[in-house]
Amino acid sequence: MFTNTNLMEFIFGRLSWDSLAFTHEPIILVTFLGVCVGGIAVLGALTYFRLWGYLWKEWFTSVDHKKIGIMYVILSLIMLLRGFADALMMRTQQAIAFGANEGYLPPHHYDQVFTAHGVIMIFFFAMPIVTGVMNFVVPLQIGARDVSFPFLNNFSFWMTAAGAVIIMLSLFVGEFARTGWLAYPPLSGADYSPGVGVDYYIWGLQVAGVGTTLSGINLIATIVKMRAPGMTMMKMPIFTWTSLCTNVLIVASFPILTATLVLLTLDRYVGTNFFTNDLGGNPMMYVNLIWIWGHPEVYILILPAFGIFSEIVSTFSGKRLFGYASMVYATVVITILSYLVWLHHFFTMGSGASVNAFFGITTMIISIPTGAKMFNWLFTMYRGRIRYEVPMYWTIGFMVTFVIGGMTGVMLAVPPADFVLHNSLFLIAHFHNVIIGGVVFGLLAGVNFWFPKAFGYKLDPFWGKMSFWFWLVGFYFAFMPLYVLGLMGVTRRVNHFEDPSLQIWFVIAAFGAVLIALGIGSFIIQLVVSFFKREELRDTTGDPWNARTLEWSTSSPPPEYNFAFTPVVHDHDSWYDMKKRGYVRPLEGFKPIHMPKNTGTGVILSALSVGFAFGMIWYMWWLAALSFLAILVVSIAHTFNYKRDYYIPAETVVATEAARTKQLAEQA
Amino acid sequence: MTLIRRLSALTLPLALSGCNLVVMSPSGDIAMQQRDLILVSVALMLLIIVPVICLTLYFAWHYRRSNTTAKYDPEWHHSTRLEVVIWSAPLAIIIALGAVTWVSTHQLDPYRPLDRIDSKRPVTAETKPITIEVVALDWKWLFLYPEQGIATVNEIAAPIDTPIEFKITGSTVMNSFYIPALAGQIYAMPGMQTKLHAVMNKEGVYEGFSANYSGDGFSGMRFKFHGLSNAAFGDWVSRVKSQGSALNRDAYLKLERPSSRVPVTYYATVENGLYDAILNLCVQPGQMCANEMMHIDKMGGAGVDSEENRKRLEYDTRWAAEAGPGATYPATGHGAKQGQEAEGVNAPAAAGDAGHDGHGAAPDQLNTNPKP
Repeated sequence: MFTNTNLMEFIFGRLSWDSLAFTHEPIILVTFLGVCVGGIAVLGALTYFRLWGYLWKEWFTSVDHKKIGIMYVILSLIMLLRGFADALMMRTQQAIAFGANEGYLPPHHYDQVFTAHGVIMIFFFAMPIVTGVMNFVVPLQIGARDVSFPFLNNFSFWMTAAGAVIIMLSLFVGEFARTGWLAYPPLSGADYSPGVGVDYYIWGLQVAGVGTTLSGINLIATIVKMRAPGMTMMKMPIFTWTSLCTNVLIVASFPILTATLVLLTLDRYVGTNFFTNDLGGNPMMYVNLIWIWGHPEVYILILPAFGIFSEIVSTFSGKRLFGYASMVYATVVITILSYLVWLHHFFTMGSGASVNAFFGITTMIISIPTGAKMFNWLFTMYRGRIRYEVPMYWTIGFMVTFVIGGMTGVMLAVPPADFVLHNSLFLIAHFHNVIIGGVVFGLLAGVNFWFPKAFGYKLDPFWGKMSFWFWLVGFYFAFMPLYVLGLMGVTRRVNHFEDPSLQIWFVIAAFGAVLIALGIGSFIIQLVVSFFKREELRDTTGDPWNARTLEWSTSSPPPEYNFAFTPVVHDHDSWYDMKKRGYVRPLEGFKPIHMPKNTGTGVILSALSVGFAFGMIWYMWWLAALSFLAILVVSIAHTFNYKRDYYIPAETVVATEAARTKQLAEQA
Repeated sequence: MTLIRRLSALTLPLALSGCNLVVMSPSGDIAMQQRDLILVSVALMLLIIVPVICLTLYFAWHYRRSNTTAKYDPEWHHSTRLEVVIWSAPLAIIIALGAVTWVSTHQLDPYRPLDRIDSKRPVTAETKPITIEVVALDWKWLFLYPEQGIATVNEIAAPIDTPIEFKITGSTVMNSFYIPALAGQIYAMPGMQTKLHAVMNKEGVYEGFSANYSGDGFSGMRFKFHGLSNAAFGDWVSRVKSQGSALNRDAYLKLERPSSRVPVTYYATVENGLYDAILNLCVQPGQMCANEMMHIDKMGGAGVDSEENRKRLEYDTRWAAEAGPGATYPATGHGAKQGQEAEGVNAPAAAGDAGHDGHGAAPDQLNTNPKP
C-alpha cells in the first residue's frame, strides 16, 4: 500500500467523484439536497441569532452531566428520524415488490437500508438515549453534583456523536455496509464486501464504542463512589440500580465488540485470516464473539427501561415499589445470566443437541426474574391510587405489549422451534416487540417523566397521549402481521416476493409504520407545543409529579451544582421520606461550591477521530496518520491543562437559593 | 359461549389464511413435531401471560385515582407469600418447558438419524434412506444425489415416507437451507458440513429458500421441493438423466460464479469426489483441500517448507485476476470478487477460466487433486 506513486491516489485514496452517491442515485440526491437546504437554514439561523458562542460555551464544551445527558437525547432523536426513514423505505419496498414489480429499491440500495436501520437504531438511537437519560438522572438520584469524571463524560458524548457523523457520511460519500447489522463474515470480509461500506460500519462503531465504554466506566464510578451519605446499595433508587447493572454490562461487553471488530479490521486491511475461509480462518468464531457482546447489549438497553418503569409506576401509583429487594436481585440475576445465552442467536449453525438445549434453557431461565419484575410492577399498582399522566400510559402499554414479546421470545428459545422460526419475520416481530414495547416505550416514558426536571416545564399531555396511542396502535399494526408472515415461512431481508397472497400483510405492516410515523410526529409536535405553552406548563415546585426520589428535591431545572447541600438519606424513596418527615429546606450557611470547568478538548478529539476514521475508510493514509498523531498530541496537551476547576462563590449560591425560596413561596 | 363465539370470530381471518401458514401446517414429520412444540410452549406460557395481562388491565382500571372506593395503602410494599408465588409460578412453567426443551432438542436434533416415518410408522431395517448433498452457491442451490449419480440446480425431489439425509455446505458465504414444510433450517457454510435428517409425508410441491442473507442475489435464492411417490421419483431421476448434461469440475467452476434467479438445471452425471472437493474448498485445480491442511496441521505442521502451500489455501480470492483495482479495491491487495456494481449478477457467468496460473504445483505426496 505504500508503493503507490500516483499523487491523486495518494491524496484521495480510493475516494473519487463516482464515490459521491448522490451523483448517480436520485433518492440520495433528493435527500442530499434536503439535508443541504435544512443544514444551511439551521446554520444560518444559528449565525443570525448569534448562537454559536452560546452553544460552544454553554453546551458543546460543557462538562455538566445534565447538559451532556440532554445532548445525548437530542443526538438520539435526530438519529431516530434517520433510522425511521430507513424503516419506512423498507416497509414501502416490501409492500409493493411483488411479482413483476421489482419495487423502487434494487438490492444494492435495499441491503444498505436494512443494515443502516439496524445499526442506527441500536447504536445511535437506543444507546445514546439510554446513556443520555442515565447521565441526566443518575447523579441527581444519588444526590451528587456531577459524575465522577466530568471531562470524560463530555469526551464520551462527543465520541458517540463522532460515530454518528461517520455513519451519516456514508449516506452521501460512498456507501454503507450491505451485510446486515452484525456484519457476519465471510460476507463482510474483504473478498465479498470489498467496498467502503463495511469500513464505515467498523470505524463508526469503533469510534462510538470508545464513548460508550468510557461513559460506562464513568457511571459505575459515579454510582459506587458518589452516593449521598446514608444511601447504602440497598437504598438506591431502582433506576440507579438498573443503571449500575447496565454499565457493568457495558464495561464487560463492549471490549469484546471492540476486539471482534479489530480482528475483522485486520482481516480487511492487512490480510489476516481470522474469519475468512482461507488458511484455516473460522467465520463462526466471529458469530460467537459478536453475540457474546450482542446478547448483553440487549439487556444494556432494556434494564434502564425497567428502571424507568419502576420509578414511574411507583410515583404515579403513589406507593412504594412492591418487592424492592426482589427487584434488585432480579436485575442482578438478569445481568449475570445475560452472559450465558449468546448461542441462542445461532442454534441453527449446527451445534450439538446438548449445547443447544443448555443455551435454550438458560435463555428461558432469564424469563423468571423478568416475570418477577412484571409481577412487582403489577403489585405496585395493587392498592395504589393511579394518576394517569402520560408516563403512566406508556407504562401500561409496555406491560401489556412486553409480555407478548416475552412469550414469543421463550418460543424462540426452544431450539427445535427456533429451527422453523429463526431468521423469519417472526423473529423480526419478536425483537421489535421487546425493543419497541420495552426500550422505546420506556425511554419515551422517561423523557415525559423527567422533562420537567430538565427544562422546568411539563410536556403537553394532549400531544403526549396522541403520540402514545399512535405508537401503540401503530406497533400492533406494523408487527402483528410480521408474526403471521413468519409463520407463513417468510424470511427476513428479502426485497422481492413472488407469492401475491403475502402482499396484504405487508400492506398492513406498512400502514402500521405510517401510524408510528404519526406517533413520532406527535412527539415532535408535543415538544414544540410545550415550548410555546411553557409558562402555562411551568413547574415551580421542582416536584411536579409528587415523586419519591432525590432528583425531585431540587429545583426544575436544577442549578448547576444540583444540591446546595448534599442530602442525607435515611430510607428508600428518600425524597418521599423527607417530605413525610417534614423536611425543611436549609436557607443559610451556604458555602462556595467546587465545580469542574468546561473544556473544548472533547470536541477537538472527536473531530480528529472523524478525520482518522475517514482516512482509514478511504485509504487516505496521510490523513489517518496525521489525525492519529494529532489525537495523541491533543490528549497529552490536555493533561497539562491545570485550569480544570473553579468555585461557585457563596454569594451566587445564596442568590440562586433565594430565588428558589421566593419561587416556592409564590407557589404556596 | 358468547366469549367463545367472539374469539372464533377474531381468529377467523387467521383460519381463512390457514392454508398459507406453512409453519403451522407442515407436511413433513419433523416439521410437524416442531409445530407441536410451538403449540405446547405457547400453551404453557399462556398459563401465565393471560393472567398477567388481565391483572394489569384490571389493576390499571380498578386502582385509578377517580375510583375512591378502591383500597389505598401507600406503605404496602412487601408480602413474603406473594413474593414466593411470583418467583415460583414462572419457575414452575420454566421447569416444565425446560424439560420439554431438553428432550425435544435431542429428539429433533438435525444430526440424529430418524427413528420414525411419522407418528404411526417407525423406521425399520428395511427402510432405505436417501442421501442428498446440498451446496449453497452465490445465489442458487446445487443438489447432488450420490446414490442416483445426478445433480440439479434450484430443484430438489425426494420420495415421500423415505428418510432423507441432507449433507449441507456452501461455496463462499453463509446461507441457511430451509424448506418450511419439510423441517427446520440449518446453516450452509463454506468449508463446513452440517446435516439434516427429515422426511416428507405428503406428495406435493413445496417452497424452499435461503433463510440467511447472503448478498445481492439473496432474495431470488429459492427452489421447489417435490415430494413424489416412489414411482414418480424414479421417473424424475430418469428425466434428469435424459435431459441433463455432465457436472464435472469445469462445469462446477462456471456454475459457482455469482448469478441469481438461475433457472432449474439438470446434470445427468457428477464427477467423482466433487462434493468432497466442494466441501474442502478445492474444486479448482491446484488448491489444497482444507482437510489435507488440517491433516498436515494435525501432524505438527510443515514448517517453513509449507510457505509454498499458502497460496493454495487462499480460496476466497479465486477470481482476483479478473477484477482490477478500483474504488472497491481492498487494502489487502486482494482483488474484488463481488464487484460493487449489481448489474453483472444476473448474467450467468460465462467468462473464461479463473486465473490460477500463479499456483505452484504441490509436493506430490500431498496433492490429491488432479494436476491443472
